[in-house]
Amino acid sequence: MRKYLLPGLIIMATLLLLAKIFYLQVIDDSFKLQSENNAIKKEFDFPERGYIYDRNGKLLVANQPSYDIMVIPREMKNIDTLELCKLLSITKEDFIKKITKAKKYSPRLPSVFIPQLNKREYAGFQEKERKFEGFYTQKRALRDYQVHYGANIFGFIAQVNEATTKANPYYNSGDLIGKQGLEKEYEEVLRGVKGVKYLLRDKHNKIIGSYKEGKFDTISQQGKDLTLTIDADLQEYGTKLMVNKRGGIVAIEPSSGEILALISAPTYDPALLVGRQRSKNYTALYYDSIAKPLYDRALLASYPPGSPFKILTGLIGLQEQVIDEHTTFYCNHGANFGRFMACHCGYHALQLNNGIYRSCNSYFGNTYKRIIEKYPNSFESVDTWANHVKSFGLGQFLGTDMPIGAKGLVPDSKLYKKVYKGAPIRSSYIISNAIGQGEILTTPIQLANMMATVANRGYFYTPHIVKKIKDREIDKKFTTKHLTSIDKKYFEPVIQGLADVYNPGGTAAALHVDSLQICGKTGTAENKIRVGGVTYKLQDHSIFVAFAPKDNPKIAIAVFIENGYWGSRWAGPIATLMVEKYIKGKITRKDLEDRMLNGSIQDEYQKLEDIIYRRNIDTKRNEPIANTTDNNNKETKKEEENH
Amino acid sequence: MSSSKNVNRGIDWLTILLYILLVGMGWMTIYSASLPLEETSIFDLNQIYGRQMLFIFLSIPIILIILFLDAKIFERLSFVFYGIGILLLLGLFVFGKTIKGQTNWYSFGGFGFQPSEFVKTATALLLAKYLSYPQINLNLTKHQLIAFGIIGLPVLLILMQPDAGSAMIFLSLIFVLYREGLPSWYLISGITAIVLFFLALLINPLYIIIGFFLLTVLHFINNKKISRNPFIYAFIFLVVTGFVYSVNYVYNNVLEPHQKDRIDVLIGDNVDLKKEGYNLNQSMIAIGSGGLTGKGYLEGTQTKGGFVPEQHTDYIFTTVGEEWGFAGSAVVILLFMTLFLRIIYLAEHQKTKFSRVYGYCVATYLFIHFFVNIAMLIKLFPTIGVPLPFFSYGGSSLWAFTIMLFIFIKLDANKVNEW
Repeated sequence: MRKYLLPGLIIMATLLLLAKIFYLQVIDDSFKLQSENNAIKKEFDFPERGYIYDRNGKLLVANQPSYDIMVIPREMKNIDTLELCKLLSITKEDFIKKITKAKKYSPRLPSVFIPQLNKREYAGFQEKERKFEGFYTQKRALRDYQVHYGANIFGFIAQVNEATTKANPYYNSGDLIGKQGLEKEYEEVLRGVKGVKYLLRDKHNKIIGSYKEGKFDTISQQGKDLTLTIDADLQEYGTKLMVNKRGGIVAIEPSSGEILALISAPTYDPALLVGRQRSKNYTALYYDSIAKPLYDRALLASYPPGSPFKILTGLIGLQEQVIDEHTTFYCNHGANFGRFMACHCGYHALQLNNGIYRSCNSYFGNTYKRIIEKYPNSFESVDTWANHVKSFGLGQFLGTDMPIGAKGLVPDSKLYKKVYKGAPIRSSYIISNAIGQGEILTTPIQLANMMATVANRGYFYTPHIVKKIKDREIDKKFTTKHLTSIDKKYFEPVIQGLADVYNPGGTAAALHVDSLQICGKTGTAENKIRVGGVTYKLQDHSIFVAFAPKDNPKIAIAVFIENGYWGSRWAGPIATLMVEKYIKGKITRKDLEDRMLNGSIQDEYQKLEDIIYRRNIDTKRNEPIANTTDNNNKETKKEEENH
Repeated sequence: MSSSKNVNRGIDWLTILLYILLVGMGWMTIYSASLPLEETSIFDLNQIYGRQMLFIFLSIPIILIILFLDAKIFERLSFVFYGIGILLLLGLFVFGKTIKGQTNWYSFGGFGFQPSEFVKTATALLLAKYLSYPQINLNLTKHQLIAFGIIGLPVLLILMQPDAGSAMIFLSLIFVLYREGLPSWYLISGITAIVLFFLALLINPLYIIIGFFLLTVLHFINNKKISRNPFIYAFIFLVVTGFVYSVNYVYNNVLEPHQKDRIDVLIGDNVDLKKEGYNLNQSMIAIGSGGLTGKGYLEGTQTKGGFVPEQHTDYIFTTVGEEWGFAGSAVVILLFMTLFLRIIYLAEHQKTKFSRVYGYCVATYLFIHFFVNIAMLIKLFPTIGVPLPFFSYGGSSLWAFTIMLFIFIKLDANKVNEW
């Protein structure tokens, strides 16, 4: 038996070696990666990011060179720390902190040591760069903004985070990526493709030639320029008008769906988010949780639309043939729909035309009542109504080419079945929808698109902000017509009503512009806030929608001013000025312009802030509503059932 | 003499073929591992691969001399060879060259000569000679001591150089002694000691003692055959306890720092990948990045970048792993295994005990070099500087293994003349 020990041992040992080598080479992948990090160095060539132009070819966003000081911790040798700190004007603590962080990321891979030095800051370091082994400079392009507005449109670029570098192998630590706005949406178009050179190096980190004779090397591809649909002058003008106000303006060219202006207020200078101050400034903007300058109200803020929604109520009433132009309803400072809905129109008998230009609640309440009571099955009526509304792009994502958006809300039978536990819907329950005050929520861009649809007499193109990408067509979905469910013939009488809003007796008669026929609609939306279990009533929002000229419209616009009292107080004048500016290129109503440019609603915002921070609450104006809204609804419902 | 007339009669050509394949592949990997950026002649003596080529050519006359000598000479002169070997080892203390704290080289001009490589063969010859006396019985303590002495003398001298790795190779001859009748408890206690040593470093000695105590009790209860002398059990238990507790002492006070590092690296204790763990880590990266079929001959990025230290000598197999992948590694490993098994097969069929013992010694030596060398590259064994036979760069190593192998081939070829 003894003679079998050694052969047995040899065979077992061989199998053991083979098994372990098989594991290392075939099963465990980690060594392949380490080998690449070890021996292959990648050198990147970053292409210039694409420029951004406005619709008239005005340059809005260009590039400026910037220099990142990179470090490979493993390769640091005999560094004169003090000199380095002095050159880069950092403290020794900073130095240690940054090196520790870089080591944590990877001792072998390059990390950004100091990002985004400008040419002057870099010059001092450049001379002595050779002295600091393990450090090198990576040139990149930063944005150079030619204008001080449009931050919400452009978005910004910033260094990729670790999650992105892990998820997307294209990006390495320190690379720049679009984080918001167009920079994010069109990241791949704007950035181009960086070039890579694979170099083989030895254990001393010396380059000993190109890897496989450059078989895998690639050259960089330039980023593509974008031409926007934005009219820079209009955008700038709107931004100025919105100073000291909060809200959003969206202007659209109805015939194409091109967004002419997309303004959110408050906003910030895009240049704030460039260079070494970026992170400090971004933090400040980010933590302003009340004014929310980073929040694009034009695209995201869902408000009750208020009176502009009466346009749809009227159109749907006509389409469903529950009213015609001559149907008359009576108003007695309001009307009773099971509960009383007040009205300030001051007229007694109303038809469609003056119903619109006086913005009569009673008229549209009655119309809505008829719509909801048209079919014996109330759910069918509600869904018929909701489908008409949705055909205007409300209650759903519009599908613009901005990376963000909000759905808003258009209630349908499904929602009401849930709320009323399956009971048939009575028009009295939901009568507020008639005047845009019920469950309905819309964003400013949805309202603007609604107006563009009305201006087109029944169709719209999906709003979009990029007009042209260098040698590439824009997406087909932006050139496809979306028809509404309302016949073209029903638009004219409604549009006439909108035109009369600017005529004597109309709610915006004071805003009349000579020789320009604007069709508009004022709106005022109630709003409240709940803080600490108590609901406070806040100043109403000011809303205005318009398009002009009446025939062959060039611009449709929605203006939303938070806590702006009533429609014709702030939103109306601003919308009118924007329309006049765009169509005529100059302003005739200088007094109005001055009042808007210099006006401020900061007092109201201060009150909101006081409520949120619970200080100096003016109990007279902001009286807490004793019961919560939910309770109110329940009580109303009970009342209805007793009738 | 009749044998000189027909020198290739009885020669085992399979073994020679394996030898040629291994030496050839060895040179190819050395060429890859030492290729400078600008290619030169493969005979360029300024280059490592050029010198290795010279060593390979010079082994041809050595082989021929061995094959033309009378096979009896190796048995008759075994005392002389052994004596010369011991003198050479002693001479190192006077004339030796010290490299990295070890005095194990003679230096002649540009070429070095490491006597311990040749003493391995001499020791094998003398051991075979001693065990081939018909009256030798390895169950007798006296004969055991003489056999241990033959192995122990060079081990002692080599340990004084100090070169623990080479010394350890000699200890593998215990397998040969076991084959020739050494009681098995030597082998069992030897293996137990090694296992206990590593266990004691890895876990708390107390647990080992408890475990061993339980095993002892179990054995005592189940033991029905031999006399159940409790004193023997107690004695064994005490010895083991003492051994386990001395491990930490030995580790902390007897082992050299670099030896400690090597053990730490193996058991993964406080390893700094830039210092003591660097070699092993780079070696694993080179082999591990090879994949199934390797990066291609002369395409190894780790090999070209020189990341693995000593790559042409003790770490030569990393080049095989990186450039030829698992497929190539398996071929090389299986070639080695075939060689060892072939030698053992031939040894078992020898007609004289001398040839058989010597063949066994050759197989054991080659196998233990092979296993320790590759196992240390893939973290199966502590780092011990032993060359990979026929592959590693170096004249003395190549010639020593060649002489060792071809003496056996000559003895084997001569068995037709033994009656």
